Order: sequence, then structure tokens, then C-alpha cells
Amino acid sequence: MSLMNLTAVGLGKKIQNKEVSAPEAAKAALDAIKAKEAEINSFVTVDSEGALKRAEEVQKLIDKGKLAGSLAGVPVAVKDNMCTKGLLTTCSSKILGNYIPMFTADAVLNLEKAGAVIIGKTNMDEFAMGSTTETSAFGPTKNPWDTGHVPGGSSGGSCAAVAAEECPYALGSDTGGSIRQPSSFCGVTGIKPTYGTVSRYGLIAYGSSLDQIGPVAKDVTDCATILEVISSYDQKDSTSVKRDNYNFTSALEDNVKGMKIGIPADYFGEGLDREVKEAVLNAAKELEKKGAVIEEFNLSLVDYAIPAYYIIACAEASSNLARFDGVKYGYRTEDYNGLHNMYKKTRSEGFGAEVKRRIMLGSFVLSSGYYDAYYIKALKTKALIKKAFDKAFNKYDVILGPAAPQTAPALGESLSDPLKMYLGDIYTISANLAGLPGITVPCGISSKRLPIGLQLLGNCFEEKNIIRVAYAFEQTREYAHSPLA
Amino acid sequence: MKQYETVIGLEVHVELATKTKIFCSCPTEFGGAPNSHTCPVCTGMPGSLPVLNKKVVEYAVAVGLATNCSITQNCKFDRKNYFYPDNPQNYQISQLYYPICRNGGIEITTENGITKTIGIHEIHMEEDAGKLVHDEWGESSLVDFNRSGVPLIEIVSEPDMRSAEEVIAYLDKLRLIIQYLGASDCKLQEGSMRADVNLSIREAGTEEFGTRTEMKNLNSFKAIARAIEAEKERQIDIIESGGKVVQETRRWDDNKEYSYAMRSKEDAQDYRYFPEPDLVPVIISDSWLEEIKLSQPEFRDEKLKRYKEEYKIPDYDAQIITGNKHLADIFEAATAICNNPKKVSNWLMVETMRLMKENDMEPEQLKFSPENLAKLVNLAESRVINSQTAKEVFEKVFSDDIDPEKYVEENGLKTVSDDGALREIVQKVIEENPQPVEDYHNGKKKAMGFLVGQIMKEMKGKADPAMANNILKELL
Amino acid sequence: MANIISDETIEYVGILAKLELDSEEKEQAKKDMGRMLDYIDKLNELDTDGIEPMSHIFPVDNVFREDEVCNGDGREITLANAPERKEDSFVVPKTIVG
Repeated sequence: MSLMNLTAVGLGKKIQNKEVSAPEAAKAALDAIKAKEAEINSFVTVDSEGALKRAEEVQKLIDKGKLAGSLAGVPVAVKDNMCTKGLLTTCSSKILGNYIPMFTADAVLNLEKAGAVIIGKTNMDEFAMGSTTETSAFGPTKNPWDTGHVPGGSSGGSCAAVAAEECPYALGSDTGGSIRQPSSFCGVTGIKPTYGTVSRYGLIAYGSSLDQIGPVAKDVTDCATILEVISSYDQKDSTSVKRDNYNFTSALEDNVKGMKIGIPADYFGEGLDREVKEAVLNAAKELEKKGAVIEEFNLSLVDYAIPAYYIIACAEASSNLARFDGVKYGYRTEDYNGLHNMYKKTRSEGFGAEVKRRIMLGSFVLSSGYYDAYYIKALKTKALIKKAFDKAFNKYDVILGPAAPQTAPALGESLSDPLKMYLGDIYTISANLAGLPGITVPCGISSKRLPIGLQLLGNCFEEKNIIRVAYAFEQTREYAHSPLA
Repeated sequence: MKQYETVIGLEVHVELATKTKIFCSCPTEFGGAPNSHTCPVCTGMPGSLPVLNKKVVEYAVAVGLATNCSITQNCKFDRKNYFYPDNPQNYQISQLYYPICRNGGIEITTENGITKTIGIHEIHMEEDAGKLVHDEWGESSLVDFNRSGVPLIEIVSEPDMRSAEEVIAYLDKLRLIIQYLGASDCKLQEGSMRADVNLSIREAGTEEFGTRTEMKNLNSFKAIARAIEAEKERQIDIIESGGKVVQETRRWDDNKEYSYAMRSKEDAQDYRYFPEPDLVPVIISDSWLEEIKLSQPEFRDEKLKRYKEEYKIPDYDAQIITGNKHLADIFEAATAICNNPKKVSNWLMVETMRLMKENDMEPEQLKFSPENLAKLVNLAESRVINSQTAKEVFEKVFSDDIDPEKYVEENGLKTVSDDGALREIVQKVIEENPQPVEDYHNGKKKAMGFLVGQIMKEMKGKADPAMANNILKELL
Repeated sequence: MANIISDETIEYVGILAKLELDSEEKEQAKKDMGRMLDYIDKLNELDTDGIEPMSHIFPVDNVFREDEVCNGDGREITLANAPERKEDSFVVPKTIVG
């Protein structure tokens, strides 16, 4: 039994009790990675040397009593779009294939302060653009439940690493569902916090008004614990929100009596896989048994969320990715003729097809003559969607639904039809538009042995509600280990 | 012959005198090794984020109030997207949709004595770009981001100006206001104030605007005036020969006195402005506005009054000196040291003005320190040096900011006031010039001047002329 | 309404985004953009008259820094990943200075 079978909090306890040392934990992670990486490819960079060194340092501090937190000495994998000082950070793109940041993202710094040991950087869809981790320049990550299938995306590497038990927990990022959807495909738990809760400083931006960093782990307790550590008010991030409190773990109570749970009827139309529907509705029944009040309602505007999202995300991305031009860092094309030729060749060679597609769409919707029709329209739609959620949360504490319309697709199926792929984001996208917190917990296994995930959305700043409901539901099931675990 | 009217609008960029950049805490200090005043934010490193410098808002509001604008109490930032190496993110954070100030105007008086109001369309905050320098050794350019992120305000005028004189008057007034606010030192030559001229022509008496061109690289008032004349002529030529003026950006070459189009099909000029998601709106409450209004430094009119009352400077002089913040600053600082406002004023009004005119300089280019001017005043007042010597020394102070005390010492320029030595020389001159002496005795006053001249020659200019005069009279 | 994307549009967008596509990629891009814009046109069904465009979701404003120098010599950090560097500057193909 590897130490990697434990939860992060479980492993952290053993470390505090001196049953296990930080270097032992790090070694266990590195061994697991060595054994499984060939099959799943969840890491871009594994920092064996750095991790072991750091584990030694952390152990010394633990011995001195200076690091007594729940995550001290526990290894963590970080999605490769978060800057880690001195450690390669690529966003799974050729254009940053050699980029070594000179500073560390604040969320990661918070983990380091708590004694975390960074084991490596995980694979992702290039620049977080994608839902399958197949747009990575370094090959796709495979789903530990069935390596012929995708792990989801864009935080596919993080979720697969946790599901395969290469590492007890990981950090992902979520712009349109990129933590919640792959968590559901890989049978693990993931949280996207309220916008502004976790600092974006050091997160390489995709959709600035939508991005948030969040935890991926085996259970709700782990995720709540990790979220507490990584959340902070950061003066270097103008969109950082100072929360009243960060004690998310106080919601880890198996008590949902009287909580009102709304289920959007518009989530259960055509396109939703029958087995997913069944598993999700069963989950609702379990919560009802525990005293929650379940009610169906019309959320409305569900179909408009995806076009609004893609306009806004692609527009922001086209601007955020303009800095990758071969001048200051990253890839520069070898043969060029003049400045603009250098720009074009560098970017055309350095970016993959999906990234180029989104940059072009983004540039188009912002261009002269189209700005009002597309971008402004999308911002108005966003306002309406927020209003619809405000209305819903006046009645309900939590909104319940599937995390994705289906289970993990097979490799190679999705990229040929980008539009279809985008439509798969239907349940997760609105939360990013409205800044809401969301959590995915496993709620079933399909007949093809692929995980099904349940998504809970809360009102802004109400992580505790979704954590509570998720925790209560989790108690009704056993955690299912993936075949590769 | 058709009569044409020139229609001119100005876009003036002013570098604000804050200590740090607009979105990060790097120093705005001029100079320093390339890229030494940089950080991940102002160099567009992945993952970096901007945070707004409060002082920038305060300066922008102050300038807006002083130019009679209405303040946009809920203003936002937007991204202006374009690719260029001096722009680290390949977008500039600026304000398009909700600029901080709007609809102002300043009154100018042109050389013909006409007073008119030049409208200000808007003023907005934005960040400056880095600098590009040609690498002499090859086919490349070098990028330095020290200037990237320096805070700018852009002041966009209405197309209300009709001549180069009006443009200069407008810029002069704008500069005066901004300097007095302490918001910027407004040095055109150093780039802390940059003016782009938008110019079109139309037949006199018509209402419709012609196609306008934009001119850049205008580094002095004279260059601006020249460029305006040249562009006016160029456009008139085009129209007269049946052509159409092309809307374009032109770069002025002051050495060659012509402009050329900066055309490039690589630049679509489509900036795709959209609201900056990494920054939040700026709300300027009524109370903050009041606070800013109350904390303004002494304005020109107050200073003028004070100079006349406190320093007893005549109105004309006071007008000139307070007409430029740099001059006023030099005046006050020098006076504080030597306590002789009349003399300091004199040196500024006469010799300084003369040399500025000779060298075609603006007051912002004055290099000498008030300390050295004060020293010179003292040397002259205490008659350590005579007035002729003082003038010569001043020229050195003006051009090289030398320490006059040291200079006088090193070059032995002290007035010889040794009675004995002087007497000897006077005696010598009398003996060597019998004719002029006789002329003097015969009533020719001019001869006195000649003799004094000879004495000064002998003394290598270091005699006190008054003293020489007296001794001469005595001995004759 | 079918959005037919022309070659000119793809080229124009390529100039804006500094991307160069070969003829095959161009054809694919035209198709993809067309389909995506068709889908985005769905938004026209939604009545948004009188709705304020929402660029920021929370009513947070006035996030400022004080005007104090906190950063030191940034050369090492700034130039660490430079693809081409000459002493303390980045090297790029020649530009028009101005």
C-alpha cells in the first residue's frame, strides 16, 4: 500500500505523528510517478531533485515544531500554468517550452509556506484552452480509469495524477470548468472558488475575468483544507477579494437538514447521457434522505452561456496571449525576415491549433465594427446570467446538476469538432461568468467503468454551502480508486 | 486665389512626476542602466498583474480641474491592443470609454492679442512604452523597458486651433498649468511632454472638416511651428492640384524640415479596445475631489502677487519670471540663498534671457543651479569681481553650471582693489599716454574713457572701474 | 444567418493577431470561424435592451498602491529568459525608431 493511497490530510497527519517523514512521502510520490507516468503522461516536469531537497528542509522545520499545519510535508502537483520560481513552466505550449519563471505564484507560495513539497508540474490543454488535455504540446494525458479515454481538461494532468495516485493532491485552474469537468471524468473532487478568492498573481492568464485556481484531491475534506491554505487577499492582484473569513473546513459537517437544493430543469434536456442523469438524480435523492429540500426550477439562459463565454474568454485570451512574441521570453523562430515576420512565425510555430483558433476568434469579436455586436452583447448576456443566478440563490442554498453531459470521451474523438467540444462545457461555464463557487464530487461509475461527477454551485462567497452539501453526500459513498491507483 | 483655413488639434502626452510607475513600484527616475528599473509587471512577464498608483489619479484629476474639465467620477481602464517591441504586453492599458476628464478648455492669448478658448475633449491616464534604440552594429534594435509603465496623461484638444501661434500659446499655457501643479516638469526636449499635431485644411468659410493627418516627433516649439507650416503647405498643394489628402501618420524630420508617411500594411490600426479585466473602476467621490482641490500648490497668479509684494519685483519682471515654473523656481531658490531678489531678477531678465534667445533655448533647458547664480550675485555685489567680469563668469555658469567662486579663484579674476598696485598702473598709463592726458585737460571727456580702458587693459580687466576712475581723476 | 468568412477576413485577423496560416489552415480557419460565429449568433435571440454590459462582477473599486518605490534593480529577473540579449537590452529585428 503506497503512501499515495492516503488523502492529503491523512498523509499530513501521519507526518505530524512522525509515522512518516516528508522525504518518505516525497519518495513515495516519485516512485508512483515513475511507475505510472509512461501510461498516463500527467506530468510535464517532475522535479525529483528539488522535491527531495525541499522535503528534507520541510522535515527539519517540522521537527523544530515550526510547521504543524495539515499539509506540511505532503507532496503536491501544480498545473503547469502557475509560475514556480526556478522550475520550468510551459502551459503545455511550445511557445513557453523553455520558460523558467523568476517568481512563484501566490497560491503556490501559500502552499510552500504551509510546508507543501512541489513534486512537479502537470500537463494541461495548451494555455488552458480545451476540455480534454489533448491540445497539450507534450502529448495528451490519459484517464487512469481507461487509458483509451481523455481525463478531461484543461486540468487533466492534475486530475489524472490524483486519480492515479501519483500524488495526494494537486492544484488546477478553472476558467470554464477546467477543474470541475476533469475532476468528474477522473472520479476525484475539485473546487473552483468564488472569483477573487485565490490570488491570480503568477497564474498565466487565459480569461482574466474568469480564471481561478483551485484544489483537486480525493475528497471534500482535502479540498476544503487546501482551499483554506491557498486562499488569501493579495495586494498585487487588483481583482483579489478580501474575504470575511477563510475557514472553509468549518463546513465539513454531515448535516444538510433544511438546506434548499435547486435542480435546473434546463440542465436535463437532450444531450445529457442517460447514465449521468440517473447518477445525478440519485445523488439528489440521497441528499433528500438526509433532510435537504430538493426542488426543480427553471434557471433559464443556459443556452446563451456558452456563446457569451466563448466571446469573452477568447477576446481576453487574444489579448493576454499577445505578449508571447519571441521578444522577452520563450520560443523565438529561427529564421525570420524583419520584425513582423518574426512575430508571425514565432506565434504560428509556437502555438497549437486550438490556441490559434481562439486567438483569431477573440481578435475578430473585438475588431472594429464587431465589438458592439459580439463583445458588448456578451457582457450584457453575462449581466443577465448573473441576475438569473441571483434570483435562483434567493430561493436555494445550492444548485445541483451534472458536471458534464457525458463521461470521458475516447482519445482523438473531440478535436475534430471544436463546437461540439465547446458545448460540453454547458454545466460549468455559467459559474465562471457569474463568479460563483462550484465543486465536483464523484457520484457514480458508468457501465463502461468511467466516473460520473456531481456538480454543486453556490452563491458568490458561499463556499461553505457547497462544501457542506458535498461533504454530506460524500459520506453516502465509498471513494472508488481508479484501476491505475 | 482660394483662402484656406488650417484646423489643428493636439494630442499631448505628459509624463507625470510620480516616484513610481503607474502599475508597479518601479522607480520612474530618468536614466539608469537599461532594464534596471523593471519588474515582472512593467515587462509583461506571464502571470504578472497591474495595481494602480493612487498619485496618478490625483495628478490627473488636478490637471483636469485646472483645465476646467468635468471629472468622470466613475472611470475605467481599457486595453489598447497592438504589437510593438516597446510594448511588453503588446497591449497598452489606457482609457477610451470612460476617460477621467472630459469637456474642459483653457484660455489662450495669441501674439495678436486675441483671446480664445481651446477646448479639451478629454484627458485620460495611460502607461508609457519602453524605448527602442538602434544597434549601431547591425540590423537590430535594442529594447529597454525602464520607461515602460511610466504614468502618462494624454490631453486631447478639440480641433480649435487655427495657426502655429495658437498651438504654441496653447502648449505654453498647458505647460504652465501642469508645471505649477507639480504634475510634471513638461520638458519637450526630454520627452516628458510630447505633442502630436493633427492638422487638416479647408476652404475659409466652410464648416466641414477636411481629412487630417497626424504628425509626430516634434521635439521643440520651433519644430512644431515649422511642421505646421510645412504640412499646411503640403496639404494645400495636394488640394490645389486636384488630389485628396490621405489620412495618415507622418513623422517630422526637423533637420530636413519635411515629414514622411509612417505607413505600414503590417499595422491595421485596429486597436480592439475592451475594458481591462485586471483593474477595477476608479470612483472619485465628491469628498476626494474636494481634498484634491484643496491640496493644490500655489498657482501662478498667487505667485505673481507674492513676488510683487514680498520681493518688490516690478510687475513686468514678475510676469516674465512667474510665466515659467522653472524660472520661478530658480528665482526663489537663488533668492533664498543670497537674499537679493532684485539682482537675481536682473540676472534672469537680462543675461539669462539674452543667452536663451541666442541659443534658441526654452527655460526647461536651463542647466545652471540656483546655488551658483546666488554665488555669482554675491561676488558681484561684494565687488570681488567687477560687472564686466561678472558677465563673463555668468556665461560660464549658464553654459556649464560652474561654481563661480572656484572659477574666479582658479582664473585669478578678482578685482584688484589694492590701492597701491592700482596707483602704479594708473601712473604708468598716464605717463605712457601723454596725448589723451592732454586731451582730457583740454576738456575732452572721451579721453577719460580711453584712459580707463587702457588701465583696464593693463589690469587685465580686473580693476574696479569706479576705483580706477577716482584714482585717475585724482592723479590728473 | 450563415457567416461566410472571406479570405480577406482571415488575413485581416491574421495581421491583428500576428498569426500566419498556410492555405490548408486558412480554409479550416474559415470553416471553424464561420461555424463558431453561427453559434454565437444565437445571442441575437436574447433581448438585452437596457441592460448594462457587465465587465466586472463584483462592485469592487478603488484598488490602489501608494506611490513608494519598492522595487530594486530588476535586470536579472527581466532578462533571465531573453531569447536574444545584448548586455542589458533585448535584441529585436530593426524597427523604425519613433
